[in-house]
Amino acid sequence: MASIDSTARSAQTDDGQRNIIARLWYDKETRSIILQIITLALLVAFIAYITTNAIANLKLLGKTFSFDFLNDPAHYDINQTLVEYSSTSTHFRAMVVGILNTLLVAFCGVILATILGFIFGVLRLSPNWLVSRIVYCFIEFTRNVPVLLQILLVHGIVVHLLPQPRVAQESANIANSIFFTNRGVFAPMPIPEAGFNIVIGAFLAAIVFAVVFAKWAKAKQDATGQHLPVFWICTGAIIGAPLLLYLMLGMPLAWDMPALKGFNFRGGFVIRPEFLALWLALAFYTSAFIAEIVRAGILAVSKGQWEAASALGLPRGRTLNLVIIPQALRVIVPPLTSQYLNLTKNSSLAIAIGYMDVVATIGGISLMQTGKEMETMIIVILFYLCVSLTISAFMNWYNRRIKLVER
Amino acid sequence: MKRYLLGATAALAMIGATAANAGTLDDVKARGELICIVNTGLPGFSFTDESGKWQGFDVDHCRAVAAAIFGDPNKVKYKPATGKTRFTILNSGEGDVIFRNTTWTFVRDVDVKLAFQGTNYYDGQGFMVPKKLGVKSAKELDGASVCIQTGTTTELNLADFFRSNKIKYEPVPIESNEEARTNYLAGRCDVYTTDASGLAATRATFKDPQNHVILPEIISKEPLGPATRHGDDQWSDIIRWTTNALVAAEELGITQKNVGELGAKATDNPEINRLLGTEGNLGGMLGLDKDWAAKAIKAVGNYGEIFDRNIGPKTPIGLERGLNALWTDGGLQYTPPFR
Repeated sequence: MASIDSTARSAQTDDGQRNIIARLWYDKETRSIILQIITLALLVAFIAYITTNAIANLKLLGKTFSFDFLNDPAHYDINQTLVEYSSTSTHFRAMVVGILNTLLVAFCGVILATILGFIFGVLRLSPNWLVSRIVYCFIEFTRNVPVLLQILLVHGIVVHLLPQPRVAQESANIANSIFFTNRGVFAPMPIPEAGFNIVIGAFLAAIVFAVVFAKWAKAKQDATGQHLPVFWICTGAIIGAPLLLYLMLGMPLAWDMPALKGFNFRGGFVIRPEFLALWLALAFYTSAFIAEIVRAGILAVSKGQWEAASALGLPRGRTLNLVIIPQALRVIVPPLTSQYLNLTKNSSLAIAIGYMDVVATIGGISLMQTGKEMETMIIVILFYLCVSLTISAFMNWYNRRIKLVER
Repeated sequence: MKRYLLGATAALAMIGATAANAGTLDDVKARGELICIVNTGLPGFSFTDESGKWQGFDVDHCRAVAAAIFGDPNKVKYKPATGKTRFTILNSGEGDVIFRNTTWTFVRDVDVKLAFQGTNYYDGQGFMVPKKLGVKSAKELDGASVCIQTGTTTELNLADFFRSNKIKYEPVPIESNEEARTNYLAGRCDVYTTDASGLAATRATFKDPQNHVILPEIISKEPLGPATRHGDDQWSDIIRWTTNALVAAEELGITQKNVGELGAKATDNPEINRLLGTEGNLGGMLGLDKDWAAKAIKAVGNYGEIFDRNIGPKTPIGLERGLNALWTDGGLQYTPPFR
């Protein structure tokens, strides 16, 4: 065999170069290297092409590529600002306001979606037929209707069904301090007075105590088997201690009450309909997906685990907490990360109802007023990329922490 | 959904296709239709009627340009754009011209690289409030919620107005005129502000227009006109002089009805002859037919006819000519001579 091969090869050497290329091509390793080089070259060529094209087009239009516009005054107002902002602030400031608004709605959305998602996911598995069916219908509705429509729906409901401020003052309020209007929910704003810092200090101290106590209790349980009501003691400390101090210090907290003046309520704390609609719609929509992920995670834990726990005499709640959920989390966390990312990215639909997020401010009005399409879009894209990668990194860290520790 | 991504796609388009900058006329001719960027829906100016056909003051200007080029006013593709997306669509080459009540400003002309081709409607920003609020002046609007179309000059004027009067307000940004109308009627805002013509047009669509008042203050100058891209002077000339021709036709008493007769052979009035192409060849200089202006006037009538048909006192919009009367009647509509 070998001799035939070598004769064949020597016979072919006359064919020259074509032969070498053919041989290289038929060698698996070289072929893969060649293909990779070609792909890389095509990619580089493509990027070079679109870059030169963009530069050429900008030049044709007589536009320059520069981020200097960020230092110019923005000249427009924004209704929800977490940091100081006025129409004389710069485009950069407007961008910061937009970024914070995006982060706010994403953060609140993720929290609410997770809570609702876990509740719905567990209820979906409830042995109670009615409960599981109702949750089933809710999940199927929310996750099968486009999120943009849900945002518009919730906004429409808030704006059309809630009364105008004048009416809300008469009827739609709780104890004349929280008012529900189609301009937003107005609530009293707490203003700390002297001594309130002590209450905050007590609250922080209680949290530290709770962490230490939980560790100590676990160690004790490991050593002696004695079980302490950790949850109740910690909750009691975190809520009770600051509350007690607050009452003892004579309630050092003033309230800025909202009051109807002219066209609108003034003072207090306001949640605008745009934020409310975006927040609720995003949270509902994502919670439906999370519920299904949680259900899948719980079902992924084999029945034997339930049976083993019950054979050891663990009640249902403990079984869930100690046996099922820790194992289910390993299945739940990776797809959960995707849902968090989706929620954050879906928040860019904010402009549909006029919530001033990063797309609406720098990627919308600033883009429009300065004509800097490339620059603003690059900023917006990089922002979403950074946020998504940060969320991913955090969730991957969490995933590593909870993964099965093999001994 | 798609609309909200337009900014991104337009930025992409700038990367992808080579914007057709020079030679827009050749492109339009090769395509066989004009792509006209119009409002997504503003009664009287640019809207679709029951049969789905585009109608209105701005739309008629598009039709005039198409008629001047092709002799057929129907060879137009309308590209509806929001206040936010219009310039990106134009600059990325997805449209040929903007006829979308767009205010001519310094920054847009110089820095956004648009070329404004005159003013086809002189406007100013006003405020509309429900009568029952009892507001008499815009200066009484302290603390009010104000609905405003985002990405427009009105947004900037509003900020300036409230700042200079040292009163506060809550801006409620809205994407389109239609959504603004819904939010205003639902009471999300106390006030709707936009160009006075837009307010009149919007009010005309209410069930109870008599219960809403437009406040006396006009807080800005809003010269609305067509815009093209920087860098194609021939195309800019076509847009500018076609709109001028409509005004000139009104000055000279040329109407949709009599243009056929006046343009058939040279008349005693050399100005009419030059405009309608029976004397000299102005159309040829633009790269169009001799009778380009006659075709445009034949299609949509003169400026006054377009105004009266779409937004004039006899329409539900009911706008007076005011600043938009001919200069000979004390207005600002004036065209440089055709010679």
